[in-house]
Amino acid sequence: MAAAEHASSKDKAKDKSQDAATTWHGIVLQTLKRNEIKLVPYVPDRVLTTLIKDLHADPYFTTFPTAREEEAVGIVSGAWMAGMRGAVLMQTSGFATLANVLASLAVPYQIPLIMFVSERGTLGEFNYGQALVCRTMRPVLDSLAMEHHTITRLDELEFIADRSIKQAVTTQAPVALILSPLLTGGKTFDK
Amino acid sequence: MTNTPARNTKVMNRFDLTRRLVAGLKDEAVIGGIGNTNFDLWAAGHRPQNFYMLGSMGLAFPIALGVALAQPKRRVFALEGDGSLLMQLGCLSTIATLAPKNLTMVVMDNGIYQITGSQPTPAAGHTDIVAVAIACGLASSSWAADEDDFERLIEQSKQAAGPTLIGVRIDDKPGTGTTRRDPVQIRERFMHGMGVRQLL
Repeated sequence: MAAAEHASSKDKAKDKSQDAATTWHGIVLQTLKRNEIKLVPYVPDRVLTTLIKDLHADPYFTTFPTAREEEAVGIVSGAWMAGMRGAVLMQTSGFATLANVLASLAVPYQIPLIMFVSERGTLGEFNYGQALVCRTMRPVLDSLAMEHHTITRLDELEFIADRSIKQAVTTQAPVALILSPLLTGGKTFDK
Repeated sequence: MTNTPARNTKVMNRFDLTRRLVAGLKDEAVIGGIGNTNFDLWAAGHRPQNFYMLGSMGLAFPIALGVALAQPKRRVFALEGDGSLLMQLGCLSTIATLAPKNLTMVVMDNGIYQITGSQPTPAAGHTDIVAVAIACGLASSSWAADEDDFERLIEQSKQAAGPTLIGVRIDDKPGTGTTRRDPVQIRERFMHGMGVRQLL
C-alpha cells in the first residue's frame, strides 16, 4: 500500500515535470518563475484554467482574481514600483477595457507591464461579439507603439515569453503576449 | 437613506485633511488619485514616498494595494475621490479578500465631480460609500466625524489587523496646487522613495 502510494506520487511528480516542459501552461509558469514574477492577478478565461490552477497550487506565486483587468494593471504597477514583479492574465475582451490605463499609466510612467492575453475571437470563434472585440486589440497596441507578440507555437513560447519579459523590464515598457488558439487550442463551441 | 451616518459628519476640507495626514508621516507611501486628491497631496508638500496619478481614474486603491503587497512592512495610504472610487468599486472586494493590514484608504466624498464642473455623481445623496465598503468585507470602515476623529482613525489604522477605510465628507473646493505632470520623474522618485532604486 505504502509502496503503491509512493509510486503514484512519483508518477505525479513525473507528470508535473513533463508538464513544465511540454505544455504551454507549464512553460508559462516556469518562465514567470525564472524571471521572478511572483504577483499574478487575473480575470479568468476558460483557456487559462489550468495555468490559473497551477499558479494557485504553487506557493511561489501570489495569484488572485480581480473584478476588472485595469484593477489588475493598477496592482502590478504599484507592486513593481515597490520592488515586486507581476504579470496580468486576461482574455481578449478584457484587454479591450484597458486603452485608458495603458495610455495614462503603463506607457507614460514607463512601467514594464507584462500581459498574457488568451486570444478569443479568431480561428473558430462562435461568438460574434468576441470576433469583433478581437479586431480592436492589435490596433490599440499598435496605436500606442506597444510591443506585442502572438504566440502560435509551443517550441517558440519559451523564447518569446522569456525574452519579452526581460525586454519589458530592461526597457521599462509594457508588453502583451497574445496566446493564439494555435498554441492553446482555444475555446470552441463544443467545449 | 435620509439618515445615513454620512449626514451626521462634519463637512471638512480636502487640503486641510491631507495636510493633517502628511504632517504625521515618516516613510509611509501615499498614493494620490486622479485630479484634486493628488493636487492637494502635492500642495501639502512633495515627498518622494508620494505617487501622483495623472489618469487611470479609479486606480489609486489598486496601485496602493500593489505597493502594500510588495512592501508589507511599510504603511501605505491611498487618497481617492468618491467619483473615482465609483469607477472601480470591485477593488474593495479584492482588497477585503487579500486583507493587507498595512493599507489605509481615505475616500474624499463631496458627491460631485468637482474638477469637471461640479456635476453630482450618480451616488450623491443615495449611496453610503462606507456602508458599501463594509458590505464588500472591509470591516474597519467608518466615517470620520470631524478633523480630530480623522486623525484618530488614521492613527488607529496603523495598529489595525486588516485594511482600514476612512470616509470623509468634504466641501466643493477645488484642489490647492497643481502637480507637476512629469510621469517618468514621478515614478522614478517614488521608486527611490520606496527604496528600490537609486536616482541617477
